[in-house]
Amino acid sequence: MSGPNPYQQRLEQFDWANAERELGWRRDEPINIGWHCSDRICQQGHAAKRALVWEDTAGNERTYTFDDLRVLSNTIAAYLQRLGIQPGDRVCLFMDRVPELYIGFLGILKMGGIAQPLFSAFGDESLHTRLDNAQTTAIITQRKHVLKVRKIRDSLPALRHIILVDAGDGPLQAREVPLELDREPRVEAFTVHPTAAETPSVLHYTSGTTGQPKGAQHVHSSLVSQYLTAKWVLDLRPDDVYWCNADPGWVTGTSYGIIGPWANGVTQVVLDSGFIAERWYGFLQKHGVTVWYSAPTAIRLLMREGTEVVKRFDLSSLRHLASVGEPLNAEAVLWSKEAFGTMFHDTYWQTETGCMVITNFPGMPIKPGSMGKPFPGITATVLDPRTFEPVGRPGSVGLIALKPGWPSMMRSYWKNPSAYENKFKNGWYLTGDRASIDADGYFWFVGRDDDVINTGGHLVGPFEIESALLEHPSVAESAAVAKPDPVNMEVVKAFVVLKPAFEAGPDLELEIMNFIRKRLSPLAMPQEIEFVDSLPKTRSGKIVRRILRAQEWGEPIGDISTVMND
Amino acid sequence: MDELKGLILDYVKREYIEEGDDRVVKEDTPLISGGIVDSFSMVSLKRFLERKFNVSIPDADASPQAFDTVNSIAALVTRFQQKG
Repeated sequence: MSGPNPYQQRLEQFDWANAERELGWRRDEPINIGWHCSDRICQQGHAAKRALVWEDTAGNERTYTFDDLRVLSNTIAAYLQRLGIQPGDRVCLFMDRVPELYIGFLGILKMGGIAQPLFSAFGDESLHTRLDNAQTTAIITQRKHVLKVRKIRDSLPALRHIILVDAGDGPLQAREVPLELDREPRVEAFTVHPTAAETPSVLHYTSGTTGQPKGAQHVHSSLVSQYLTAKWVLDLRPDDVYWCNADPGWVTGTSYGIIGPWANGVTQVVLDSGFIAERWYGFLQKHGVTVWYSAPTAIRLLMREGTEVVKRFDLSSLRHLASVGEPLNAEAVLWSKEAFGTMFHDTYWQTETGCMVITNFPGMPIKPGSMGKPFPGITATVLDPRTFEPVGRPGSVGLIALKPGWPSMMRSYWKNPSAYENKFKNGWYLTGDRASIDADGYFWFVGRDDDVINTGGHLVGPFEIESALLEHPSVAESAAVAKPDPVNMEVVKAFVVLKPAFEAGPDLELEIMNFIRKRLSPLAMPQEIEFVDSLPKTRSGKIVRRILRAQEWGEPIGDISTVMND
Repeated sequence: MDELKGLILDYVKREYIEEGDDRVVKEDTPLISGGIVDSFSMVSLKRFLERKFNVSIPDADASPQAFDTVNSIAALVTRFQQKG
């Protein structure tokens, strides 16, 4: 007779306080993510354990122990203090996946700053929007990215320091200072700022339907959720070698690419390289990766390459696979079983939630294509969109909603309390996604409830794209909507009305695509532009994106009684 | 072939390398794995190739591997020029 399921047992006795005890923290004491991810692991006797094994495109490798993390994050924290950066100041990380990004994140938190990671592929306009909104004091970046910062610095008076981690002996411009870890004196002892449970820690920007991106503000006690979900859902154990594909410019890359694994004292490997299937498999094999947290877009790209290529590598070390970013289709789940001998476990969460909230955790039967069930300690439901009451009936589609109160829930949108308040109805946090719940309590994703575009697991706001489109000299009006895509789930499609002097054609289409890619980001670049004579509008002149979106998805257009007919 | 590679290289430098960036990009520089062109940006690069060289490249052939260097892109374009 088999014994009780250990996974089930710990779920039944769930209490966030157990995680707090494991972290050795009481709610009236200071808590600092930077300290917990480095100093504490050293104090537990793991100073010499590998914390980070980093590799770049060329195969160059660097290894850092937990003691290196402790000392080098001290070094960065002390450096920021010497510049005059104060606790509460926003310090942006704008880098490729280099070690300074991961260690710098801990350093900012240790001196009490608020870490503001931004995706290094952002163009100057996307960067400006986010730095301006946060009134960022300093940005830590690389030579290859500082060119974008130089373009916008003059209109960012609050940005006092531009810190280069690879300055070398080259010339520096206004406000630029070097920070090269190899040249800086190592700081063995640093007094960590006594941040409290509710002290702001991380500011991650996310897109909505209207207005510019909003900064989801998290606090240091988010650590409790991130530690526990990494331990239980990613099933991290002391001897694991863990790889998270996500870039720390996005929340997955910080919650589970920095905080979760290191708070658990787990070795993580990082590949600073673009996607090439054989390169990825070679990396998994070389480092004996045991737990892999990836994304549906990457998995579907791997599927395209087939299982033959997988067989050329020894991936027998892989023990547990998980995925995040967008719904993981059943085919991808079943393919992973065939390719790797184990299935990807889908997880659902958002920038705002800070940690996984609906998950397929180990020990729980997987229904391929389902999002899974709420993590213990998370109350989730689907609401009727008219009454905002739970729909109650299995299979009925509604709005995914969460009862606030878990440790890593965002505390506000930066300088935008009304947008934050609008996310709540009847005491529920509205995710903006739609799903149904089956009779066994499994959630099944349906789609977004708004015009936000989920491309490759990243949310892109139509307003930001449309605003940038209008800056192109040929564009009179535009609308950006989601279009289905077999790899990225959705991609951006733009409908453009040209000014009279311009003529539609493939050259202009390519020019506009590249214009948006450089101004905003490759994610925001329309992968198709349709030139039209007019856009559907309400009588008050508001563009009705839902009609254009419905056309792309082959869905019913719905009520058009308020739409003006040109 | 050399002219083809030159045109592609010029385009990559112009469109994917920030003005003032002193990185050296050559015909064998990794573009995708090197982080110069990502999977989203591949769409506009493919569009350029199809327009400039009057070829049609099926999505199945436009893999990250095939787009990883100017050399491999030129080989891909040549293959479809011959097919066309």
